Amino acid sequence: MAEAVTTAETTEGAHSHHGEPDFWSKYIFSTDHKMIAMQYMFTGMIMALIGGYMAYVFRMQLAFPGESVPGYGTVTPLAYNSLITNHGAIMIFWVAMPILIAALGNFLIPLMIGCDDMVFPRVNRLSYQIFLLSAIILIASFFVPGGGFGGAWTAYPPLSAQSQYNLTPFGAPMWLLAVALEFVAFLLGGINFITTTMNARAKGMKMYDIPIVVWMIVIASILFMASVGPLIAGAVMLLFDQVLGTTFYNPDAGGDPVLWQHLFWFFGHPEVYVVLLPAMGVVAEVITVFARKKLFAYKTILYTTFATGILSFFVWAHHQFIAGIDPRMAHIFTVTTVLISIPIAEMLFCYIATLYGGSIRLTTAMLFALSFLAEFLIGGVTGIYLGASGTDIYFHDTYFVLAHFHYTFFPIAIIGFFTAIYYWFPKMFGRMMNETWGKIHFWGTIICFNGIFLPLFVLGMGGQHRRIYNFNNFPDLATPEMQDLRIFATWSAVAMLVFQIPFLINFTVSLFKGKKAGKNPWNANTLEWVAPSPPPHGNFAEMPVVYRAPYEYSVPGREKDYWPQNMPD
Amino acid sequence: MSFQAPLATSRSVTGLPTGRLAIWWVVVSEIVIFGGLIACYVMFRLRHPEWGEYASHTSTPAGALNTFVLLTSSLSIVLAHQAAAAGNLVKSFRYIWCTIGGGGIFLLVKSYEWTTEISHGYTLFANNFWSFYYTATGLHGLHVIAGMVIMAIISIGVRKGEHLPRVEYIGIYWHFVDIVWLFLFPLFYIAK
Repeated sequence: MAEAVTTAETTEGAHSHHGEPDFWSKYIFSTDHKMIAMQYMFTGMIMALIGGYMAYVFRMQLAFPGESVPGYGTVTPLAYNSLITNHGAIMIFWVAMPILIAALGNFLIPLMIGCDDMVFPRVNRLSYQIFLLSAIILIASFFVPGGGFGGAWTAYPPLSAQSQYNLTPFGAPMWLLAVALEFVAFLLGGINFITTTMNARAKGMKMYDIPIVVWMIVIASILFMASVGPLIAGAVMLLFDQVLGTTFYNPDAGGDPVLWQHLFWFFGHPEVYVVLLPAMGVVAEVITVFARKKLFAYKTILYTTFATGILSFFVWAHHQFIAGIDPRMAHIFTVTTVLISIPIAEMLFCYIATLYGGSIRLTTAMLFALSFLAEFLIGGVTGIYLGASGTDIYFHDTYFVLAHFHYTFFPIAIIGFFTAIYYWFPKMFGRMMNETWGKIHFWGTIICFNGIFLPLFVLGMGGQHRRIYNFNNFPDLATPEMQDLRIFATWSAVAMLVFQIPFLINFTVSLFKGKKAGKNPWNANTLEWVAPSPPPHGNFAEMPVVYRAPYEYSVPGREKDYWPQNMPD
Repeated sequence: MSFQAPLATSRSVTGLPTGRLAIWWVVVSEIVIFGGLIACYVMFRLRHPEWGEYASHTSTPAGALNTFVLLTSSLSIVLAHQAAAAGNLVKSFRYIWCTIGGGGIFLLVKSYEWTTEISHGYTLFANNFWSFYYTATGLHGLHVIAGMVIMAIISIGVRKGEHLPRVEYIGIYWHFVDIVWLFLFPLFYIAK
């Protein structure tokens, strides 16, 4: 196979090291994009375990109120608030963001565009260090007097602004500081992703030769950058309210608590797409490889991504239909919210069309990718009820919202991550994961996931409100039927956590004992599969040159059913 | 720890220097931060006509002087860039320090203003107008300080003839800081 192509660019010289780097410079203070990706990924995985443990504790409290939770003890109301707040914050800011944007972006972008590293490697290292600091501050906040912040992950004032309400005088500002630092980390990372993709692509790689997942991560970084600013300003104001005693959000002194909601959701809604887009990109890569078929309508997918990105800035107030906003404004936001389902639906149709007529291989990665489409679809469809202001008045702040939200974010953060890890594990670590254990993990996770959240839709429609410590205090919500559903959801959650054990074992064992993966175990086209597995420092022995678009599978008249981007003929 | 620049840093697919691209993206992210803060202030201001009264206690002459100083310092950083591009390192170094001096004068005037206002009882906690005033001008002041520090670091390189494009990049940032002030000055000083 003519993989090596003559080019003036080689990594010789640029990476002449004086001997082997020591432990610290190799693993801790590395500027190598792959090592930074691993740092982000493992930090994200540890945080996911912490967030999952929190979910276990408060689900147990809801199923068996007041009883001692094995592995935790009795849950106090204050601890309950802190657990649900930090579960939400951790899963979004310290799991979804670092894994989907930072880990995948760092690992994939330089490899997939045929480059040896990011254009600002030291800024990249700084980005992770700030992120790690934010995670440490967050975890430290659980152990200060009063415990971790308990004002819900949306941090609405005045609950979040005044410690006589949230009862966490130290946890609240630490939480806010951690979130703000995390934003800074991803702004630095985002600038790196965008400029690297703009300026450091391999020779011959034109705009429409860039793999979809790279496009999606870059567009997500731009969305993040354009939406997070007002929330950073708002967070400074909230921090002043908490610590110094200003009254930006205090209605008693002429402040406006709804202002925070606008600032938060102006970021918060694009944020959904910030994490969705990389997951959609991962799924695009995986389904096209395992359907052995060209990605259907590359450009349409790209344009619908742009449309989604632009529309995502005009939907935020659908979180505030009952916050006292003008009903005429509610109508406008209903229309924009329903509109945004069009580009996303179109994207899903393109993916389904990719599958049509393909020779599908049901590997674990492919199973996760397909389940992403199915589960996210449920999340999307239930979103229409919440985006329409009429029905949202009833559903607002119920478990229907919670279930809808988890049907979007679970596929994005968890299924998206598993899709990526089963697919790119051979490239990351040079070994294959075990498919049988992968499939056990897949079915266990997916069945239990639906077991958790389908009952919550029913409970939500029955009027069960979110963020309630003990439903026994509300006779209408403490019926045996409702309690049975809660218990069922809780056992499903426990079972799902148990089904992550096969994954962790599979992951760890495969790291050391897995079957050796060649350069290109899936027979894929994109450039990362040209590099050795795992790629050495500098990635490619000789920098690849790109001759064609990334998804030329099963091209008629060719002997092989794939056609790598760097192959001249 | 020695650092070897990767090959990526030498590529330029767009034909633009990577540093210039990056600094523009930094400016984009800063625009939304200040944009969000200023938009919040404007929304409050429209609902509170009485804030015009509070604004009359800020010193318009001091603000005008600072506007003049900051605009002049923007000119000097352009001249520093021009001198660096022409290879005149000594001149570029001097102009950078002129710009740093401009930032210093700006901060001096600013601290005089703050001292006067605080001594009259208009502190951060007086009311929401003053909270916004100190938050916005304080955040802007931090950007001025950051710019001055970075310029001082860059000037060392200029003297040795290293990293000359950085003069241009800090200039772009400095213009941005300048433009933010051009929004803050009318909003907090002139509009009464």
